[in-house]
Amino acid sequence: VSLAEVGFRLNGRPTRASVRHEELLLDFLRDRGLTGAKRSCDAEVCGVCTVLVDGAPVSACCYLACELDGRDVLTIEGLVTLPAFAVLEEAFVRRAAVQCGFCTPGMLLTIHSLLQDAALTTEVSIREGLSGNLCRCTGYRAIVEAVVDIVAAVDRHG
Amino acid sequence: VDAREKLRGQAEFVGDLRIPDMLHGSVLRSRCVHARIASVDTRAACALPGVAAVLTGADLADIDPYYGHAIRDRPVVAIDRVRFAGEPVAIVAAESPATAEAALTLIDVQYEELPSACTLESALALDAPLLHTGPVREGEAHGLGKLPERRGNICYQYRFGSGKTERVFSEAEVVVEGEYTFPSVYQYAMETHTVIAQYAVDEIVLWATAQHPFLVRGEIAALFGIPVSKVRVVVPYLGGGFGSKSYTKLEPMAVAIARKAGRPVRLVNSVHDAMLTTRRHGMRCWMRTAANNDGRLLARQVTLWLDTGAYADNGPRVTATAGDAAPGPYAWNAVEVEALCVYTNLPPSGSYRAFGATHLQWIGELQVDEVARRTRIDRLDLRQRNLLRRGGTIRPGARPLDADLPGDVARVASAIGWSTPAETPKQVGRGIGVGVLAAGAQPVSTAIARLEADGQVVILVGTTEMGQGARTVMAQLAAEQLGLAVDDVRVRGTDTRFTPYDRSTGASRSTTVAGLAVQRAAQELRRRVLDIASDVWGVPADRLQISGGAVRYETEQLSYPDLLTRYFGMAGGELIAHGEVRPEAGRGSFASGPVFWEVGVAAAEVAVDADTGVVQLRRVFTVADVGKAINPLLVERQDHGATVQGLGNALFEEILFDEGQLANGTLLQYRVPTTLDLPDVMESLIVENADGPGPDGAKGCGEGALAAVVAAIATAVADAGVHVDTLPLTPERVWRNISKEG
Repeated sequence: VSLAEVGFRLNGRPTRASVRHEELLLDFLRDRGLTGAKRSCDAEVCGVCTVLVDGAPVSACCYLACELDGRDVLTIEGLVTLPAFAVLEEAFVRRAAVQCGFCTPGMLLTIHSLLQDAALTTEVSIREGLSGNLCRCTGYRAIVEAVVDIVAAVDRHG
Repeated sequence: VDAREKLRGQAEFVGDLRIPDMLHGSVLRSRCVHARIASVDTRAACALPGVAAVLTGADLADIDPYYGHAIRDRPVVAIDRVRFAGEPVAIVAAESPATAEAALTLIDVQYEELPSACTLESALALDAPLLHTGPVREGEAHGLGKLPERRGNICYQYRFGSGKTERVFSEAEVVVEGEYTFPSVYQYAMETHTVIAQYAVDEIVLWATAQHPFLVRGEIAALFGIPVSKVRVVVPYLGGGFGSKSYTKLEPMAVAIARKAGRPVRLVNSVHDAMLTTRRHGMRCWMRTAANNDGRLLARQVTLWLDTGAYADNGPRVTATAGDAAPGPYAWNAVEVEALCVYTNLPPSGSYRAFGATHLQWIGELQVDEVARRTRIDRLDLRQRNLLRRGGTIRPGARPLDADLPGDVARVASAIGWSTPAETPKQVGRGIGVGVLAAGAQPVSTAIARLEADGQVVILVGTTEMGQGARTVMAQLAAEQLGLAVDDVRVRGTDTRFTPYDRSTGASRSTTVAGLAVQRAAQELRRRVLDIASDVWGVPADRLQISGGAVRYETEQLSYPDLLTRYFGMAGGELIAHGEVRPEAGRGSFASGPVFWEVGVAAAEVAVDADTGVVQLRRVFTVADVGKAINPLLVERQDHGATVQGLGNALFEEILFDEGQLANGTLLQYRVPTTLDLPDVMESLIVENADGPGPDGAKGCGEGALAAVVAAIATAVADAGVHVDTLPLTPERVWRNISKEG
């Protein structure tokens, strides 16, 4: 078995690992107990495996772990430790935007990334930004409402 | 109550669990649609390093290997014959998923192909190959009374009628008649079916994505010939169900391979495999409706054929529910319904949110609209004149209508501005969908409430939390009885070792039936607390109050922990109470039901682009006629979810088969709604008439809206000048049917 040595930041912590060349980031994370990223479509469609690599959302089911060298990975387990998480959490709870919870971690990471780019200004931009994250329970209405709240809160507090 | 755990990615799903010594299973599926299995050679696969066991039909000789909660027609894996492309033929258990996959390619199966029937038409032909022969073996949980004998490939038939149908039709002034097609669709619960099975000397343990853990327990016990008390089914959080995880799915395979391997084995479906595991029935339907020129609806006659695939799964019940939905909620002089469940050489079909009603409501409502057009009566007006009133008969012998349908319809009509015409009527259509759905399944639920020494309450109830908010609602119901904050009540997942029996999680029954059991358990606990406090103070219980986690008498109070210490004479101990729900008359048959009629009422406005055929859903309103909204926000969210699934069912979702082979088995090819498909306006209107059988007059919701939205969209598209007889309303289909009338 041929292995690649990679060094990267995982949720802020410097990490070194030997990974198989064909190893997917999703398997890498889940095998290490970081199970907040879920598996579903295996085709980069559904978004439940979303994690942030250098701040941008990627589908971990279609991303090779060996390409992580020098990069910065944020999963839901890391996001919850950031101050920004509280605003996301409160909005999702208030709007009942969590139903089964399977899509929720990936959805939050996408939203967190979009907020960094200040790309969310209108409801249309929110819908476009979230179109790569499927949800089957909520009908999206609650999630869009929560993001509108989050944008307003972020604007208020800088 | 569970939102924070889910938000933090800490809620555990079956796929997140690791059982010590666990193997990874992989399933070899038939490439043939219909074939005799001439031979299976597993030697090379068994010899592959890392492979622990390979199972085929030959390994099942010591058990009765057929299961099915309705009809025991399905072997754990194929025995001698495969009946659909994708049917499991062999299972490998290996140290890694990659090894298990590699071993599959080393299994040599020789098939002798048989004539096949991959469509309803070919399965119903006189010379059709028969999928099943011999007597029907009834399953334990269909609730349909005595099943009729099979006729050819018709595995179940459901019929009822009243009045002189032929005569009414021959004398009617207006008769609308048509043939319709509903596609097979995929439930797409984002968490695919996942099971871990462990076969020990004295107990079979399953961690499973099961909506109905107790029915799975019963089927596994029957299959492997052991008492139900020796089967333990654990269900953590479920990543969506929508019916796809109802009844038994991967569990028999997982137990069988774990038994052979002697170690725990995990089976996980891919999306492709999930579509081969269960889907919504495709349907053909013939319907006619009779009316008079004054707009009085007179009679309806319906024959429908549901494609249940190679095994019955929940087909019989879907068929009966479709039959019940077929007349629509109108006051008929005569009705005749024949609903047929048909075996085909396709993957099995089962439950999906609002089954039966979603199949039929759009068709009946299209015909009501056509009657309105021919009699020149406003469509809303025609409905209001003919809708059943409270207490009206949906089906002879069934529960009378328990809702105010005219009131519900008035709500959505007013919300969409029915009396104000659309600004561009040629491109914009509006529609209303009205229907009811037999809901509640069999009303058998039990619950236990434990008051712990620290004053916190634990509720044990077998309802599966799958996103509908069951744990929150159960906690609310218990907290209210015991004067506690919702956060002081804990509701966890089912473990059949400890959790008391609940029939199932489906048919919108969690709040109504399981909720009632929880409320009764909490009421009993409340009585016990009051009795104890009454003894302590020597005052009658009816002079005591409960609030803030304590019993109060005038200025005195006794917190629950103090109360328990007084009662047991030491710190520790707990009080236990139980609640149960069973059918009023002790019957519980589906035939005497339903538990309640779930209302499905919606109004929609669509824009149709005549050049491209693209339909855009602009505004949609649904009624959540829930009797009593225990948690109004969760009720609205149920309707929103159902609305968007309805949008997909109506406009673009369809499983495609190419001569029996699944053709669009990935989410790239099978599209589900995204945020970009959201309508501009989507609202749920809550109606509370306290007319349900559940706690405080509550009744279930979340399914009817799906059927109603499909009907509202279909009638709205027809209103925009498009001939509608087939779903989904894809741009091509819409464009062709505008041109036809052009």
